[in-house]
Amino acid sequence: MVQPIIELTEIVKGFGPVSVLKGVNLRAYPGKVTALVGDNGAGKSTLIKGLAGVQPYDSGTVTFDGREVHLASPRDASALGIEVVYQDLALADNLDIVQNMFLGREETEWGTFDEGVMEKQASDTLRSLSVRTVKSVRQKVSSLSGGQRQTVAIARAVLKNARVVILDEPTAALGVAQTEQVLNLVKRLAEQGVAVILISHNLADIFEVADYISVLYLGQMVAELETAKTTRDEVVGYITGTKTPAGAQA
Amino acid sequence: MTSTQHDGTETGHVMAPTDVIGSGQEGSLFDQVRAWTQRVRGGEMGALPAIGGFVVLTILFTVLVGIFRPAQYFFNVGNFAVLAQQAAPLVMLGMALVFVILLGEIDLSAGVTAGVSMGLFAVLVSRFGVNWILALVFAFAAGLVIGTLIGFFVARVGIPSFVVTLGLFLGLQGVQLILLTGTGSGNTSIPLQVPEVLAIQNANLPIWGGWVMLVVALAISAATSFWDRYRRTRAGVPNRTISLVWAKLIIIAVVGGVAVFLLNQNRGRAATQLGDQQIGGTTVEGVPMVVPFVLAILWLGTFLLDRTKYGRYLYAIGGNAEAARRSGVNVVLIRWVAFIICSGLAVLAGLFLASRVGTVDATMGRDLVLSGVAAAVVGGVSLFGGRGRLMHAAVGALVIAVITNGLGLLGLPSGINYAVTGGVLILAATVDALSRRRSGGART
Repeated sequence: MVQPIIELTEIVKGFGPVSVLKGVNLRAYPGKVTALVGDNGAGKSTLIKGLAGVQPYDSGTVTFDGREVHLASPRDASALGIEVVYQDLALADNLDIVQNMFLGREETEWGTFDEGVMEKQASDTLRSLSVRTVKSVRQKVSSLSGGQRQTVAIARAVLKNARVVILDEPTAALGVAQTEQVLNLVKRLAEQGVAVILISHNLADIFEVADYISVLYLGQMVAELETAKTTRDEVVGYITGTKTPAGAQA
Repeated sequence: MTSTQHDGTETGHVMAPTDVIGSGQEGSLFDQVRAWTQRVRGGEMGALPAIGGFVVLTILFTVLVGIFRPAQYFFNVGNFAVLAQQAAPLVMLGMALVFVILLGEIDLSAGVTAGVSMGLFAVLVSRFGVNWILALVFAFAAGLVIGTLIGFFVARVGIPSFVVTLGLFLGLQGVQLILLTGTGSGNTSIPLQVPEVLAIQNANLPIWGGWVMLVVALAISAATSFWDRYRRTRAGVPNRTISLVWAKLIIIAVVGGVAVFLLNQNRGRAATQLGDQQIGGTTVEGVPMVVPFVLAILWLGTFLLDRTKYGRYLYAIGGNAEAARRSGVNVVLIRWVAFIICSGLAVLAGLFLASRVGTVDATMGRDLVLSGVAAAVVGGVSLFGGRGRLMHAAVGALVIAVITNGLGLLGLPSGINYAVTGGVLILAATVDALSRRRSGGART
């Protein structure tokens, strides 16, 4: 099998007396979509926040490209090329698409913005993802639909050569057509060689795009499955805890 | 989509089948005007209601003063110069407040910050004989200290700015009173005896000074426009049709030219004709000294807000602070600095006010802050944060100054003035809320 680009080993994280992650392992491969599933409170968000550097883990190791790294802040994560697209879309409504995509990493020349360069890169990125629904890259984000916002958020993540993109419930609030759009986008990300980690409650979506499925149950990774070799019922069993971790290929 | 204006170097990608993402810069002048109309209908009205209000009020007061007070003139050069001087402190304070209002915050103490800093200035100069430039440095330092203090409590500790600045609003009035009565005399009013400071609001530029100011403004505007176009062309993205640049320059030249020309006319008291001799009469001509100060701050502040990371992050935090934080923006620092800028500019507003009034007293600046907030909101700056420009606050301040000036000329009691200004503020806030709803409703 290919070398995983990112590998988490024995990750532990607790908040005071509550231990949320109890020794979790997770791997993601370049060019593959790894789905992370689990019921509410299983620890998915906590796991992701650690990867993003927002909430560092208590213990455990993170290996990136075969060497151990420390993710102490969002800057550490993005320096490695780890980008997170959050569920509640971290976009500013009052800014336009280009401004949002470059927020925090604007192109400047003598301390002032080089709007031309930013606009060019933004529209090139959107074009590389075959985004067809956006009329102008200078539209305010407030005027976009839910699917378009999700698209912008994902485009923002891949703007600067991201190597690992983590999508937190990207289709949760979308209609059928828009969900399809976003899933196509996820496939295209993987085709470009990005390791995608997809968090979702929607098994139909997961079986459509994911190559691997990792199931979290009460802070423990109970199964790491290949989508091609598993069934919906099996995944549901792991999520709800009716199937035991004994069957996991840890 | 027309691509006639596409003057990028890579002409190849224009034809590419996937190239359907525009930049809003393509198309003829007509297309641009139509797109702008759509944005306005969509709720992005900016300063339009305020500019409309300014024009309507100007006509209204011209007519009303003409009918009821034939001896007075609203629509004449003398009154316009007075209007500019009356409005200057308010314009400055409105612009100061924009920096914190963009964050969705408020600084209720901005007015008394202006008062206290000028109180310090007056005390240092009049009672301690300090050099006026040094005293002015102390006054600005006092403003920056107050801003740092507010920023610490709001951005660092996390107390709502409303509470912190309300506390300072009261506390600083106490400081002001102690400052001015500190030496024991019952008199809490100190006359300003610094000719250089008094000149700001009482002297005028020489005739040529006004024209130089206009030429500099045109040159800066043209230079930035063409620099932007050069950089866009270099990056290979479309530019707006160049006729828009000419239109902007022509508007500045014509409006500015008319204003400078009129203000350069003699608006002094006419001489009395006695036989062959001209007796008495005064010559007052030229653009008021305060105008270039205000324009310079307006330009600098707009540059900061539109073209630098600091300004962009200010808007981003006002729109979605969490998004900014996750993008690696130092939210605490940006917010902190916004309060420092606000207090610093408030000192300048105080300077203009003191220069106009000629004295500093214990209540100076107290009533100015709410007018300043009103100016920003009337001009189209959203109290919800994230939307608005310095220009908006300046236009809003002019609207409020016109109301005060016009009602004054009509000889109405000041109670009417407060009531009308308050009414206009509520009207403007309603327009803000409705346009927000509309631009939010554009989501499908």
